[in-house]
Amino acid sequence: MSHHFDVIIIGAGPAGLAAAIYTARAGVSTLVIDQSSAGGQVKTTHQVANYPGFIEPVLGHQLAANMKKQAERYGTRFELAADITEMDLTGDAKWLKVDGETYTSKAVIIATGSSPRLLNVPGEQELKGSGISYCATCDGEFYTGKDIVVVGGGNSAMEESLMLLQHVNSITVIHQFDTLQAEKITADKVMQHPKVSFLWSHEPRGFEKQGERMVIKAENLKTQEIVTLERDGVFIFAGMLPNVAILRNTGLQMNAYGYITTNESMATNLPGVYAAGDVRDKRYRQITTSVGDGTIAALEVIRSV
Amino acid sequence: MLQTNLEHITSKEQLQQVIESNEKVAVCCGRMGPMCIPVYEIFEVLREKHPDIKFMDMEFDSPDAEVIRNLPECRTFRGLPFTVYYRNGQVVKATTSIQNAKQIKEIISEVLA
Repeated sequence: MSHHFDVIIIGAGPAGLAAAIYTARAGVSTLVIDQSSAGGQVKTTHQVANYPGFIEPVLGHQLAANMKKQAERYGTRFELAADITEMDLTGDAKWLKVDGETYTSKAVIIATGSSPRLLNVPGEQELKGSGISYCATCDGEFYTGKDIVVVGGGNSAMEESLMLLQHVNSITVIHQFDTLQAEKITADKVMQHPKVSFLWSHEPRGFEKQGERMVIKAENLKTQEIVTLERDGVFIFAGMLPNVAILRNTGLQMNAYGYITTNESMATNLPGVYAAGDVRDKRYRQITTSVGDGTIAALEVIRSV
Repeated sequence: MLQTNLEHITSKEQLQQVIESNEKVAVCCGRMGPMCIPVYEIFEVLREKHPDIKFMDMEFDSPDAEVIRNLPECRTFRGLPFTVYYRNGQVVKATTSIQNAKQIKEIISEVLA
């Protein structure tokens, strides 16, 4: 069965929801598809303190829920927890197959966002939640008094390390460079902490569990020597990657890192296809900039359809 | 109390009653953290698509959540949420940490179809 909309928005984070609020309110029939629930990364942010209009910090999941309700209020239709299996964005009429149903539209806004980067080394997937974690606030207390490894040297890695230091006995930071990329004020706090040591210019190559302990193999990137560490747990904060797996082979132009290139109107190289939010090649990735991107893409769609 | 739109399990007696009176039950036991919220919300979406399955949540820090925390299937878990799937009163699957919609749908097909 086929369903037609004026615009299909792929991704229900702030960029996609902002776009939907604008298009639906303008009377443009709007479908939002997301492989997860609505809200993107905002729904997993504890508190948002820099979104205009909220004097006190707002809970991330509450802000996300409000954005979705606002889009629904103007008639946006949602297909959530949905799998896109096929799509053609090249012609005048775009089509997507979603959970066996076909959806067509005149325009598409891609707002699939970005996700934490996995290391993709042996043992990572298998031991997620049983020795490998990606969230200090969620899982830090399971490692109270324990010795752990933190992978990464950016802002997330260092901020989460400070949180973990409230629980753990020691942290060994494994980082691929010789210096931290985090903001100096945060990096200094971690570097000066007596419970923290560093394994510079190393990258994990595999994880195993032996009894209750984790065995971490890491490669020295300068000498190619493999070192083995034994700790109680591993926390991975290795940056973000654009969510473009479903967009490969669609003809969309991307930069070397997989971010979609657009012009200032959010138009991609494919006519009628726009990109907005964190999936777009740009310098600053904030909720506010995503909402701005979504708004611009929506206004372009409203003008064109 | 968890701020979700799911039905909450607040006691071990209630959990027992739910798994005895429903053939298929999925319980996400967590906090309002970044690894847990996506699972609750995916449960909310899937609840519409699977009316035969009872999707519920339970607060990880409530004393009665020990019935989930101490399950043999959860013994090695070190990541929230603990998500437990029951069929005919028995645990048929348990997962630790965040799962995406695709993974949850696969589990449902595997053990609750």
